[in-house]
Amino acid sequence: MTQPYRVTQPFRLPRGGQIDRGRILRFSFDGRAYEGHPGDTLASALLANGVRLVARSFKYHRPRGIFTAGPEEPSALVQLETGGFTEPNRRATDIALYDGLRAASQHAWPRLENDLGALIGGVAPLFPAGFYYKTFIRPRGLWRYLWEPALRHMAGLGQAPASRDPSRYDQRHTHCDVLVIGAGPAGLPAALAAGRSGARVILADSDPLFGGALLRGAYRIGEEDGTAWAAEAVTELAAMPEVRLLPATTVLGRYDDNYFVAAERVGDLLGPAAPAGLPRLRLWHIRARQIVLAAGALERPLVFPGNDRPGVMLASAVESYIRHYAVLPGRRAVVFADNDDAYRTAATLTETGAEIAAIVDPRDKPGLATQQIVRAIPLYTGCMVVGTGGHKALRRVTIRPIAGNGSDTIIDCDLLAVSGGWNPTLHLYAQAQGRTRFDEGIAAFVPDGEVAGVEVIGAARGSFALSQCLADGAAAGARAASCGFASAEISEPPIVPDEEIGPNRLSLLPLPQGGRHAFVDLHNDVTAADIALAAREGFIASEHVKRYTTLGMGTDQGKTGNVAGLALLATMTGRDIGETAPTTFRPPYVPVAFGLLAGRARGRLAEPVRVTPMHEWHIAAGAVFEDVGQWKRARYYPRPEEDMMAAVRRECLAARDGVALLDASTLGKIEVAGPDAGRFLDRIYINRWQNLGVGHCRYGVMCREDGMVFDDGVGARLAPDRFFLTTTTGNAAAVFDWLEEWLQTEWPELDVFCTSVTEEWANATLVGWAARDVLALLAPGLALDSAAFPHMTMREADIGGIPARIFRVSFSGELSYEINVPADQGLELWERLIAVGEPFGITPYGTEAMHVMRAEKGYIIIGQETDGSVTPVDVGFGALVARDKDCLGRRSLARSDTVRLDRKQLVGLLPDNPGEVLPEGAQLVAVLGEVPLVMPGPHPGMIGHVTSSYFGARIGRGFALAMVQNGRTRHGERVWAPLPDRTIAARICPPVFYDPEGARRDG
Amino acid sequence: MLLIPCPWCGPRNEAEFHYGGEAHIARPPHPDALDDPAWADYLFMRSNPKGPFAERWVHSAGCRRWFHVVRDTATHRILAVYKIGDPPPGITNLRGAGA
Repeated sequence: MTQPYRVTQPFRLPRGGQIDRGRILRFSFDGRAYEGHPGDTLASALLANGVRLVARSFKYHRPRGIFTAGPEEPSALVQLETGGFTEPNRRATDIALYDGLRAASQHAWPRLENDLGALIGGVAPLFPAGFYYKTFIRPRGLWRYLWEPALRHMAGLGQAPASRDPSRYDQRHTHCDVLVIGAGPAGLPAALAAGRSGARVILADSDPLFGGALLRGAYRIGEEDGTAWAAEAVTELAAMPEVRLLPATTVLGRYDDNYFVAAERVGDLLGPAAPAGLPRLRLWHIRARQIVLAAGALERPLVFPGNDRPGVMLASAVESYIRHYAVLPGRRAVVFADNDDAYRTAATLTETGAEIAAIVDPRDKPGLATQQIVRAIPLYTGCMVVGTGGHKALRRVTIRPIAGNGSDTIIDCDLLAVSGGWNPTLHLYAQAQGRTRFDEGIAAFVPDGEVAGVEVIGAARGSFALSQCLADGAAAGARAASCGFASAEISEPPIVPDEEIGPNRLSLLPLPQGGRHAFVDLHNDVTAADIALAAREGFIASEHVKRYTTLGMGTDQGKTGNVAGLALLATMTGRDIGETAPTTFRPPYVPVAFGLLAGRARGRLAEPVRVTPMHEWHIAAGAVFEDVGQWKRARYYPRPEEDMMAAVRRECLAARDGVALLDASTLGKIEVAGPDAGRFLDRIYINRWQNLGVGHCRYGVMCREDGMVFDDGVGARLAPDRFFLTTTTGNAAAVFDWLEEWLQTEWPELDVFCTSVTEEWANATLVGWAARDVLALLAPGLALDSAAFPHMTMREADIGGIPARIFRVSFSGELSYEINVPADQGLELWERLIAVGEPFGITPYGTEAMHVMRAEKGYIIIGQETDGSVTPVDVGFGALVARDKDCLGRRSLARSDTVRLDRKQLVGLLPDNPGEVLPEGAQLVAVLGEVPLVMPGPHPGMIGHVTSSYFGARIGRGFALAMVQNGRTRHGERVWAPLPDRTIAARICPPVFYDPEGARRDG
Repeated sequence: MLLIPCPWCGPRNEAEFHYGGEAHIARPPHPDALDDPAWADYLFMRSNPKGPFAERWVHSAGCRRWFHVVRDTATHRILAVYKIGDPPPGITNLRGAGA
C-alpha cells in the first residue's frame, strides 16, 4: 500500500536561510512527527511545519504560540526530552534542532489543544494580580484547605526531572584582554580590530551562528551581503591564535573587576545522543581586562487587547524566520507598528510571496522612509488593533481609529507582526554598576556615563544604524586592545549604503475594558489592567509593582514586557517614564541548570574525603563509618547479627573490662615552637602553659574574646621551647587559623611559629586495664608503672622499630595510652597492636563507644555541650581559668551577662525509667502541665536542654548530660522532657556517672 | 568576585581569601581596666561606612598571610593594600578605626 502523500514543512521557503537543506532531521512535538533541517531551532522547525499552538500561559492557560526568535521568548516554553535528561521551561526559540529531538508542551491537561485549565480564563476577573495575597487574609480556614493545595497543584510550568541527570558538565577558567559580548554588526568589527592587534580576545554570542542582526536583514556591506561578510569575519577570527570564539555561549552575569560567567552549549546542541565524552554544557569563568558590550537590542511589543494569540509575533522575529531560517510564519499578514523600521517587515514579507493585508500605525504620519514600502499596501494611520480573533490561532484582527471617529474594520489574517520599538540590552552593563537614562529620541533606556573597563556599542547603546555599528565596533575593539598592546590601528570601515533611521516612540495606546486582555508580561499573564490595579492600590514604585503583579518575574525576566510595564505605570501615576527606575537586573541572563554550576563536583566528588592511615583495616573489619567534617571515622564495628546498640555495648564493655583500641588520628595537632611559645599559649588558653614541665600533659580550653568556649584539647610540652597541642577534629583548621591571626596581626613581636602536624602523626589509643600488658609486650624497654609513667605525662619509645610518642591521656576514663607514630607507619602499628592484643581479647571501638564512655565520665565535647554561647564557667571549668594572667576572653567572663546567676550550667540527668534514653536536644521543663504564656521570651517553664544522651553499658542504664539554668544548685530536682508522643521524667545529678574519683584512669 | 592584590602573591581571586573585618582594632592592653560598655565597644562595635574602609584579609589558600585593604564599600573598588604594621594611607573620606 502506498504511503498517502504528505506535504512536510508546508511553510518552508524554497530558497535562502542559513539551514542545511541537504539533511533532514526528524523530531517530534507532543508525540507528532515532523521534519526540519540542521540550522533550525525547534521554533523555526515547528513554524515550518505549520504548528502554531505550542503552549498554554502560566495563569490563565491561554493558547500561546511563538512570539520571538531568540532567548527573550516569553510564551513558547516546552519540556525538552524525558527521563533524567529532561529540562523544563526551555524556550523553543533557543533549542538547536537535532535528529531525534523530542519535546512536549507544558502546563496543559489533558492535552494542549483542549486544556481544562482554560476554564480559569473564564473566571479571570476573580484572579487579578495580587489575588493570592488576599487569600492569606480572609477567610483563614480556606487558605489551608482550598487555596494552598489548589495553588500548589496549579503552580509552575514544566516538570522537574524525577531521575538522576546523566549529563556531564564542565567548567573552565580563563583570562583575556578583551571580551566581546555579541557577535553582530558591532561585535564582529570589535573582535576583528582587537584580534588584529594581537590581543587575547574572546568573542561570545548565544547563537550557534555568529552574525546577530545581520542574519535577519538584507544588508550590504561593501561588495557583499551582510551574512557573507559575517562569515568572512568569522573565518578570519578563527585563524587568529589569540582569539577564542564561543558560539552558542550566553554570558550569564558580570561580577566585580570584569569577572564573567558564561554558559556554552556543547553536547546540548546534539541532545541525549551526543557522544559520551562531550559535556552537555560548559561553564566559562572569564576574567577580562576590558569588555566591549555589543549585546544588541530587543524589540518590544505593543500592548493591545488580544496581543497574546498564536500568530502574533514581533516584527523582527518575522524577519528572522524568513531570512535566517527560510520559514514563512504566515501567508496573510498584518503589520502593526509605531516606527518606520518595522515597515521593512512588510517589504520582506512581500518578497516571499506572502500577502500583506494591511499596515496599521498609531501615528498620524509615518516617516518618509516608509513611503517606498507602502505603495501597494493598505495603510491605516492613526489606528490601533483593538482585538484579535480565532481561538487557537490568529484568524482576524479588528482595527479602530484611535481618535474615536470611525468604525471598526475587521481584517482576515494569520500573522500579526508587531513592533513598539527597541530596548537596548543592558543587563551586563547594569551589573557593572552602569547607570541608564531614558533617551527621548529613541524612547528607550540607554547607558548614561562611563564605567571603567566596559564599553557599550551598537544597538546596545541605542545606535541602530549599520554604518554606526560597524564604525563603533572597530573603534571600540581597537581601544580595548590597547590596554596592554601597541595602539591598534583603526581600519577603514567598509562602505555601507545610507539608511534613514526614523525616531522611535513609546506608544501607550488607549485600552478598552481597562486593559483586561492587553498583556504586558506574556510569561506571567500580567495585563495592563493588573498594572492599573497595582497603581490604584498604592503600589507606585517599580520594585513594588513588580512583586505585586509578578511583572518581569518569569523565566524571561520580563525582557519583552518590562519597559512597557514601566511606561504604563509611569502614565498611571502621573510621572515621566524617566522617573520610574527600571528594576535591578540580576544574573543569570537566562535560566541555568544546577548541574552546570556544580560541574564535576557531584556525588563522590562533591567534597574531598579524608581518611586515616588505618582506613583500609577498618573497612576490612566491617566498620560502619560516620562523617566528621571531611573525615571518615569508624563509628562502630558490628559483628554479624549485631545492630549498632549491641556493637557499641560490646565495645564499651571491652574497653572498661578488658582492652580496646581507638583510631584517634583525626584529632588536630599543632606544634608551637620558639622562645615565646609558652607566653603565647598563656594568652590564648584560659589555663597556664609556661609552668608545664617537659614531658607533661595538660588539658587546655580556649575561648573567643567574648568569653565563649571555642575549643579544647590535651597539650604536652616536648621541650622548653616546644609544645604539642591537640584540637578537636572539626576545629583543627579553625584553631590553626586563630593562632596565626593573633600572631600576625596583634602580637608580631612574639618569637613563635606554629606548624600544623595533623596529618604527620597517626594515633592508636590503647584503653583498658590490660592496656599496660599489651604495651609492655610491644615496648619492653619502657617502664610503665604509674610512678615511672604517671597519668598526664608523655614518653618516647621505640615500638619494634617504629618511633613513637606515647601520651598517657584518658578520654574514656580507663587506663589509656595514646600512641602517636609517623603517619606512614600508623597501619603497621595498628596491626601490631591487634596481633599482640589478641590473647587479651583486644577490641577495636569507634566514635560511638568513645562518645558513650566520655559522657559517663562527664567530659564535654565541643559543639555538643557547647554551642558558642557557653562559657568555661558554665561547663564547670571555672577553676581552670588562671587568676593571675590575662588571656583571650577572660575579661568577658566578668560581663554582666556572663555572671548572671540563671545561666545554663552543665548537669547530669538520670531518667526515672533506667531503660529510657532521652533524645538529644529535648527541652526540659521544671513544671509539668499548662504554663500560660504571658510574654514573648523564654517560656517560664523551660529551663534547659539535653546535650548528650546514651545508654551506658557499664552503668547499665540510660543517662544524659544537659545544660540547665542554675543547674549546679538543682541536684536532686526533678525535670521533665515533653516529647510529641510522651513525657520523660528525670532527676538532675552531678555530671559524672562512672568512677568519679578516677581510680580506673590513674591505676 | 573581587580581584585582590595580595602583597606577596599578586592579584588573586576573592575566593582564595578570608575576610577579617575592620582593621586597626587594637586589643586593649589592660582589659581589666575597662568597664563593661568600653569592653563591649571593643568586642562588638564596628564602623560601617559607605565609602573607603580599612579592612583585613588573609590569603587562606595562598601564602596564609594577613594584610590590610582599603576598599570602597559602595563600589567595591580596592583603593590601597598595605602590610600589617604599616600605617593606613592618606585617603580622603577614610572612616573607621583606620582613619
